[in-house]
Amino acid sequence: MAGLDSSGHAGEEMGLHTEPLKGRDIKTMFSLENEGGYAYAFAPDVDFNKRGLVDCQDKEATEINNEIRDLIKSGHGTIVLENPGAKHSIIVGILHRMNFIVNGSLGYFGCGLLDGPMVRISGRVGWSFAENMMAGVCVVEKNAGSTFGAAIRGGDLVCKGSVGSRTGIDQKGGTILVGGDTGAFSGFMMQRGRMVVCGNAGKNLGDSMYDGTIFIGGEIQDLGVDAVPAELTDLDKAWLTRKLTQYEMMPEKGVDHFTKIVAGKQLWSYDNLEPSEKKLVL
Amino acid sequence: MCGIAGLIHRKGSSNVGQEMTSMLQALKHRGPDSTGFAIYGEPKENTFVLRFKVAEQEDLHGALKIHEEIKRRKDAVDETLKALGVTVKELDEATEYAFRYEIQYDGDMKLLSDHIEDIEGAEILSIGSALELIKDLGDAGVVSGAYGLGDFSGTHGIGHTRMATESDVDIRSAHPYWAYPYSDIAVVHNGQITNYWLMRRQLEREGQRFVSNCDSELLAVYVATSLEKGMTLEETLKKSIEEIDGVFTYLVTTKDQLGMAKDSMAAKPMVLYETDDMVALASEEVAIRAIVPHEIDTWDPYDEEVRVWQA
Repeated sequence: MAGLDSSGHAGEEMGLHTEPLKGRDIKTMFSLENEGGYAYAFAPDVDFNKRGLVDCQDKEATEINNEIRDLIKSGHGTIVLENPGAKHSIIVGILHRMNFIVNGSLGYFGCGLLDGPMVRISGRVGWSFAENMMAGVCVVEKNAGSTFGAAIRGGDLVCKGSVGSRTGIDQKGGTILVGGDTGAFSGFMMQRGRMVVCGNAGKNLGDSMYDGTIFIGGEIQDLGVDAVPAELTDLDKAWLTRKLTQYEMMPEKGVDHFTKIVAGKQLWSYDNLEPSEKKLVL
Repeated sequence: MCGIAGLIHRKGSSNVGQEMTSMLQALKHRGPDSTGFAIYGEPKENTFVLRFKVAEQEDLHGALKIHEEIKRRKDAVDETLKALGVTVKELDEATEYAFRYEIQYDGDMKLLSDHIEDIEGAEILSIGSALELIKDLGDAGVVSGAYGLGDFSGTHGIGHTRMATESDVDIRSAHPYWAYPYSDIAVVHNGQITNYWLMRRQLEREGQRFVSNCDSELLAVYVATSLEKGMTLEETLKKSIEEIDGVFTYLVTTKDQLGMAKDSMAAKPMVLYETDDMVALASEEVAIRAIVPHEIDTWDPYDEEVRVWQA
């Protein structure tokens, strides 16, 4: 049973009041003794050169995901999905490094809760693709639906076509790259990370964003509350060039024309403090 | 949640009944309560298809002497049609309580509709020279099978799988909605209309009549009223986004057009597939894949987007 340990006074000199928990089981999620130290303790040992195939034809999502897990358990580090047929909730909860190649399109909630894998999709994806992604890379060759990359915390999420509305809603980190246009309310309540849209952006771009950066290559219909333009620096241009080149999405006219949008930090709930400053105050 | 789907062939007819059945069956998980179709065959000169019901499906399981009552109500409809000078050319009994008549009538459509709806339990599902509206409880396969839609040939159609949130699980509250009493106009809708009563009262003051308390019916009556005033379908749909509040994506069909409108929040899904020969759109791509199984390019229409396609 957990309890409060009041013997520690580490923060009192700074005016903080802390009571660390004692007697509580803490799971070791990462081992610094391992090479890299970033893999979950339960991550399976897979061989990237061992390739497995899942034919999704006439199968339910659960059946497909179970087949994927069976292949992972048997050491397959690269899995190819054929005939996905825009089915929902495929490739979810993969928490380690490996490769997926999807020959076709996925439906809603595809590639949710990923933490590490590299996914390449030759078709399109539906709503809420890669929701809550922590790490890894997802590349979609065609278009994507709304809420693309909702609440992602890390990794690179790439759509070479256009995406729907509310792209990167609640984005907390990572990078979203879009080759075409994005719809209304993109970057809504964005908190961290970067979003790059080579085409146009719909209305209310970056509405209520707390932090993070949005780069738009085309026209912006209008900005949301508390989203403001900022100067595009040489560092920004270098970063944009590197990222867009990496995914073969560099526009013909380069990156100088991109508009940079950041948080105005005027929201009633925003105190203008950086997170490190907040920790000190709180 | 509800699922909606639409299909239009630009170069002639196809087996639109079977195609719509496949699309809606793929959307069954979005709404298991009822399924409805509004499909358009070749328009017939001087002939209308009248589809009506004289009882709800659930009435068969409990209402007192319902079988005799159904017969009495149908006889009353027949007498009314005769009294109004309507010639019934063909009569089909799709179910015990739902009927399809091919009629010849050159009088006032509102008069005809009002007289039929005055009969207790009678409700017109649709009147059209090309439109046939079928809706009932059950999934697409069940409804299509019961009403024989498998071999229905036509140019376009819309359909709906319903998860009841705003009104009862019955045929009256099922989609599509025919725009009483205008022929050949039907609507399916996914979403909620928040100024429903305000808009309904406005339309009722203009003399329009509603047959249900379902917010989706408002869209049908709204569209039909605007078209009657001389607006084009595209103008009507654009105006609806300004005047109707809520979150919605809806599809509307006329004798030769399919239209789509999405609200300003883009909160309800729609996936679109368009080629020179056909346009298919649905709440989910799996519905389109049910009739176009190979890899295709699809996209989501944006907020406030309005599209109209011609058959």
